[in-house]
Amino acid sequence: MSAFLLILILFAQTPPRGNAETGRTLFMKIGCYQCHGREAQGSTATGPRLNQNPITYTRFVSYIRKPSGEMPPYTAKVVSEQQAADIFAFLQSLPKPPAVESIPLLRQ
Amino acid sequence: MSKPRKFSSTRRKFLKGAAVAGAATIAPPTEAGLKARPVPRIAPLQDARAETTTPAEVDVLTSDHCGSDFMVDVLRSLDLDYVCANPGSSFRALHESIINYGGNQKPEFITCCHEESSVGMAHGYSKIEGKPLGVLAHGTVGLQHAAMAIYNAYCDRVPIFIVVGNTIDATMRRPGVEWMHSVQDAASIVRDFVKWDDTPISLQHFAESAARAFKVTMTPPMEPVLIVADSELQERPLAEKDKLRVQRVTRTSPPQGDSGAVAEAAKLLVAAQSPVIIADRAARTAAGMKYLVDLADILQAPVIDQGGRMNFPSHHPLNQSSRGRALIADADVILGLELTDFWGSVNAYRDQLERSSRRITKAGAKLISITAGDLYIKSNYQDFERYPEIDIAMAADAEATLPALTEAVKRLVTADRKNAFQARGTKLAAAHQTTLDQARVDATYGWDASPISTARLFAEVWAQIKNEDWSLVSSSQSNWPARLWKFDRYYQHIGGSGGAGVGYGAPAAVGAALANKKYGRLTVNVQNDGDLMYAPGVLWTTAHHRIPLLSVMHNNRAYHQEVMHLQRMANRHNRGIERAAIGTTIEDPNIDYSKLAQSMGLYAEGPITDPKELGPALKRAIAAVKRGEPALLDVVTQPR
Repeated sequence: MSAFLLILILFAQTPPRGNAETGRTLFMKIGCYQCHGREAQGSTATGPRLNQNPITYTRFVSYIRKPSGEMPPYTAKVVSEQQAADIFAFLQSLPKPPAVESIPLLRQ
Repeated sequence: MSKPRKFSSTRRKFLKGAAVAGAATIAPPTEAGLKARPVPRIAPLQDARAETTTPAEVDVLTSDHCGSDFMVDVLRSLDLDYVCANPGSSFRALHESIINYGGNQKPEFITCCHEESSVGMAHGYSKIEGKPLGVLAHGTVGLQHAAMAIYNAYCDRVPIFIVVGNTIDATMRRPGVEWMHSVQDAASIVRDFVKWDDTPISLQHFAESAARAFKVTMTPPMEPVLIVADSELQERPLAEKDKLRVQRVTRTSPPQGDSGAVAEAAKLLVAAQSPVIIADRAARTAAGMKYLVDLADILQAPVIDQGGRMNFPSHHPLNQSSRGRALIADADVILGLELTDFWGSVNAYRDQLERSSRRITKAGAKLISITAGDLYIKSNYQDFERYPEIDIAMAADAEATLPALTEAVKRLVTADRKNAFQARGTKLAAAHQTTLDQARVDATYGWDASPISTARLFAEVWAQIKNEDWSLVSSSQSNWPARLWKFDRYYQHIGGSGGAGVGYGAPAAVGAALANKKYGRLTVNVQNDGDLMYAPGVLWTTAHHRIPLLSVMHNNRAYHQEVMHLQRMANRHNRGIERAAIGTTIEDPNIDYSKLAQSMGLYAEGPITDPKELGPALKRAIAAVKRGEPALLDVVTQPR
């Protein structure tokens, strides 16, 4: 593989710098929360958890543009590359949830 | 124009005698009897003289008993504990007979604020009690109100006994509204989704048709039935009651699968490497649940409970409901028990611009179906779903067939197969435990969020009820109860609406709570906001009739399914993806459900947005329910 090609691939996989706060707003505004929950916690009935469910930015963008399942497509016409990066940054910023053992109601 | 008719003196004497002798005398449902019936004087009701002057001797203004008294005798023979109704003049005589002649007991009149609530209550009641509840509906407009709820019950295979008032004889209708509320063929509006209906023209005909209707509604596939009660039959003085007879109600044994088909199915199941059992409305009773456990245990086969009824204990190691898709894809034999949609269970469907589907089962996988649905199908409404290619189809009731199938399986199990079954069961038990553990981990995400996560909501409710004799009667869109709670009794889950007609949840919960009341169960309803707003008056019914029920609002302030549909369309068309909330959300202003409930006499709190407040509020609400009151907590939640 030539150095030029390697640089191209790396460049392609490097996401635009995203803003997590803007991403949170977009997550609500364009309807991501409807299936994935406001904390991206997911639902077995509507859409998978995105919180702490790491995928690469490239795969993320690829999937929202052309989803293989039931998710509606978010084309570049309605979600720009920068907006996608903001949403991705929001998802990455979400904190880990508390451990099961720390929640009495879930220890039962 | 017809001429006013007059009674002869002889006739007047006869009618006076009828009034005195009461139940022993009657205008019999024969031609002679019809001639004997009193003919009302033609006088406008609005005429003050008719109200104040002494009636002429020709008038007979009272009778001690009327046809509707006999109708009450008939309803009693059907063991109807209650009739739910919004009052209507087309059944005013029957209403009066129930509360006075019948003493308002068996059936007791339950006051509803909407006919949709009446039928919805009957729907929920039946799934707890296993028998129909009566519904009275006003002619035309009342039945029109009831129609959606009847359709839900039809799709959900639930028995309901509906009586509709009507005035068939045009010359007996009061001018004005009674004409608007009369119809040539009263049942026609719902005939597509009731199993049987009749319009009796005599009291004896009413008795016989009522007995037949009861038999029909209680024979699988169970569906609502409807009898039209003509107002003249109801109101006509009752003479010669002794000549009338209340028919003995007989029951039909549910149909069992053909013995050859049962043997063939057993052979396939025993030989299978990866059998799967899918159940939807398989268990009609608690016994059905036990029969399914017996079959699964013998085969050590996974069970996917689609939740139409409480088919299988949630914590049984063979309950693999959350792994359904993977197990079906790997199966070589699939047994479907009372499936609404066998085709949809073995195919994947994609709702994108180009709708597409593909079969997800392995090539050569054998499909076995046992369903009473194969015995009864209508044309117009399409609840029968796509045509599945079944290898062994038994037109039979699953619950009635399961014992024979289990015995047939037992006879075929060899030592080798038993060892294979045990190995399979061990793997499935491990997978089941992994699923339970994963559910608890999944619940931690968004645990402290506001709006409150649905996982937190159901975990908090479970913490308060798990040591009670509880019954969850809601058709919530969330599957967290199945993941976090332990269901092992038949009445702990009653399935959904059947026809997905919104507005079912609230009345069905109230009806189920009415059935649970005599058993002292703690009835819990997690209530969707959009559903409640169809006919919130049913809350008043719970307070008025002292029906203990805990309702916890799953208030996501939207018709959320529709929000998602709008989002899908907006995305598909590449425009306006920020506006899916228009026309689909219930905000601006937010509805204060606690005030709504309080206004109708319920104990209520909310809106609750902080998850830490939920546990204490639940304790207070449950205390109210234990005092015999209905209570409601308004909880603002995440979408799903």
